[in-house]
Amino acid sequence: MSAPNPTILNLPDQRTATMPHRNFINAEHGLLSWLLTGDHKRIAILYLISITFFFFIGGAFAGLIRLELLTPQPDLVSSDTYNKLFTMHGIIMVFLFLVPSVPATLGNFFIPMMIGARDLAFPKINLLSWYLYMAAGIMMLTAMAQGGVDTGWTFTTPLSTHYLNTHVITTACAVFIAGFSSIFTGLNFIVTIHRMRCPGMTWFRLPLFVWAHYAASILMVLGTPVLAITLVLVGLERIFGIGVFDPTKGGDPLLFQHLFWFYSHPAVYIMILPGMAVISEVVSTFARKRVFGYTAVAFSSVAIALFGFFVWEHHMFIMGISNYSALIFSLLTMLVAVPSAIKIFNWCFTLQQGSITFETPMLYAFGFMGLFTIGGLTGVFLGSLGMDIQLTETYFIVAHFHFVMVGGMLMAFLSGVHFWWPKMTGRMYPESLSKLAAVVTFIGFILTFMPQFVLGYLGMPRRYHAYPPEFQVLNVLSTAGATILGIGYLLPMLYLAWSLKYGAIAGNNPWQATGLEWQTQSPPLTENFIEIPIMDHEAYDYDWLEHKTADEVTHVG
Amino acid sequence: MGISPVLWQFLVKWLNASALFPREASTIAPYMDSLYFFLLAITFVGIFLVTTLLVTFSIRYRKAVHPVATQIEGSTLLEATWTIIPLGLFLICFVWGALLYFRIYTPPANAMNIYIVGKQWMWKAEHPGGQHEINALHVPTGQPIQLTMISQDVFHSFSIPEFRIKREVIPGRYSTVWFEATTPGSYHLFCTQYCGTNHSAMIGTITALSPADYKKWTEQSTSGMSLAQNGERIFASMGCNACHSGNAAARGPNLAGVFGSTLRLTNGSDVLVNEAYLRDAILNPSQHVTSGYTPIMPTYQGQISEDGLIDLVEYLKNLNSNDRVQQTLTISQSGQSAPPASGVVKP
Repeated sequence: MSAPNPTILNLPDQRTATMPHRNFINAEHGLLSWLLTGDHKRIAILYLISITFFFFIGGAFAGLIRLELLTPQPDLVSSDTYNKLFTMHGIIMVFLFLVPSVPATLGNFFIPMMIGARDLAFPKINLLSWYLYMAAGIMMLTAMAQGGVDTGWTFTTPLSTHYLNTHVITTACAVFIAGFSSIFTGLNFIVTIHRMRCPGMTWFRLPLFVWAHYAASILMVLGTPVLAITLVLVGLERIFGIGVFDPTKGGDPLLFQHLFWFYSHPAVYIMILPGMAVISEVVSTFARKRVFGYTAVAFSSVAIALFGFFVWEHHMFIMGISNYSALIFSLLTMLVAVPSAIKIFNWCFTLQQGSITFETPMLYAFGFMGLFTIGGLTGVFLGSLGMDIQLTETYFIVAHFHFVMVGGMLMAFLSGVHFWWPKMTGRMYPESLSKLAAVVTFIGFILTFMPQFVLGYLGMPRRYHAYPPEFQVLNVLSTAGATILGIGYLLPMLYLAWSLKYGAIAGNNPWQATGLEWQTQSPPLTENFIEIPIMDHEAYDYDWLEHKTADEVTHVG
Repeated sequence: MGISPVLWQFLVKWLNASALFPREASTIAPYMDSLYFFLLAITFVGIFLVTTLLVTFSIRYRKAVHPVATQIEGSTLLEATWTIIPLGLFLICFVWGALLYFRIYTPPANAMNIYIVGKQWMWKAEHPGGQHEINALHVPTGQPIQLTMISQDVFHSFSIPEFRIKREVIPGRYSTVWFEATTPGSYHLFCTQYCGTNHSAMIGTITALSPADYKKWTEQSTSGMSLAQNGERIFASMGCNACHSGNAAARGPNLAGVFGSTLRLTNGSDVLVNEAYLRDAILNPSQHVTSGYTPIMPTYQGQISEDGLIDLVEYLKNLNSNDRVQQTLTISQSGQSAPPASGVVKP
């Protein structure tokens, strides 16, 4: 017996290995074969390219914001430009990156494969989703090219309806259309998960990735229409002055806040649940163990989706709502924090008695667990009524949601992209460089956003172009961190592109993972499976995998 | 010393300006800070716990020392533990936070009222004695101050971090917050709700003065006419007194002593007459007709500024008898029009 292999990596012999002759990438050629495809895998790749593009645009805005905040004086850009920068950073990152990030790329690619289906239930609607997304993206770019918009991503009335002369309508239309893209994706997932599972794939044999996406899809389908209604009302108010939100016409500006947050709070869970989906898969694979408390993790996703609809008013605690309704919403907010805690502890205990290795996806997953814990617990500060008075509308809240959205979701997204990269492209990414990127990202992130918690308690308001000089040191630290973070995000972009041509050939199952998607060639065939698999074991059954691999060895040749 | 002078200056400045926590300058601040430290403690325990679990398991069960994983289904006992303990902690945070919230948003009965009007991009403060301030607010220490606030345009938010208070300032309705300053000094006033181009310039200074200094300040900076006196002028110049004269046969209800009473409206509901009700009844009278009267009052929407409304409200709050109402009425009917009052939007 030799010493145990320090990694679980199991690559084919590189001297003889070749990419599969036939796969979804080379099945058809030409631009049109991509633009008119119905293949969920190709659509996922289209999404991956387009969301990466928008991520870097949004990221560039963030860079400019941090650069401006290096000094207390408003000296880099004018106030109007600064307001446009944070508005477009927010809108692009939320609607064009975070909401579609994991579901439309990894979810789109792997949900059908994980449940043993050949495609999503509605391939053409899936393609339509991408076209709607692109239409929204192009409209957003048009609005930007024409001079941008400065409503803040929240479109708060009456500022957005009566007091600004920027491109509010174009932007609102873009978000409206992006909303339909996400409704269609959600609908497609729900129908697919209900109707297209392969024989033997019962609900409790589904990978937790699928459960979390199911919960997120419910939120997309039920929540997004409310956003659409709200944006239509904003448009009508702005163009025709119908007065729904105008107090001088008997309207109520707080109604807008209720409507907007009725979508935008669940939207937070639309963004984070798919991230949690990725973490369940990654932690299990690199610990070689079934996810601890499978049913608890599955149902906590559903619980988050349900409770997520009844906490929106916690964005409005200081807005003159009734004190008693604030009580109820604070209590519900505390309840929604519990399922997230359950998940974190279950992932931790998945490691117990495991056989753990530390490849890049696992490092990102560790990053997720640490940062999401901080993001979640600082959410309790904000859910606690009295504390919210001091912290809301300050940098504390900025730091809190960046911990959840960037520290949580983006870490999970990168974890997932690295994890499934060999499956999607057939080639490995360079391991040591990517580990470096994971560590750089983590350090840069902590340095960027930790000082913002302190700034928030000191009282520095968010969306400020200039600030009192005593806040400068913390802002300089934050900007320094953002620079490191920027490098951390550029690295994967570069080496992943490099690996497309020069990466080691991955083989079917480089991680020895149990999911059905790993039991077929990489990159997969257009039809995913030669014959529809039959699920005869639980999810994350490593014993089954071991026997299967042993069988294969005897059969080959 | 290899440290650059720029960096050194930075650090000195930072340490001088109490970098991690703002000063405690109100009676609320210690309550807020104790909750903050409790929440910080929970956070540190949570992070410590998760980090310890991750690190310990990573070391003990890494592949080199634990080559074969042992499959474990789960544990109901553990699941229950990490459901119930966090839930318990979160519920403590909920109760504690709720108590603090009610404390901050429930003004004491003896609070002194100051009106705040927010507009793009400035804060106007109006003291009952007629002192007006822009982007500044002078308050005495040791005296509860209630702010009654309204916005003339978009959402703003009135925040004094050193006092640990904040409240949204909303167009079309009054919102209130209160505080009691403890330490004389100057403090930041921020608008924390994004309100357009110069959002970050909508800042000001709160000056807390000892009661003696405050008295001096009020005497020096009075405009010569209190809010209520200005309100009386508007009341006369808008012709309010023609109907609200207090005579038995008047077309409008008697307003003397109406503030703080409960009125029955024609739609059958009972309302408490407070600042918000008075303001709404002036702007939107057809929705607020007192039982027994006909809805003949026209709307004053767009004719009186928020400042003027504050003056009127303050006047009505202090109106205890109709003697002066009838006096001014006789004067104006005899052809001598009342002097023009500020706060009326000129056509």
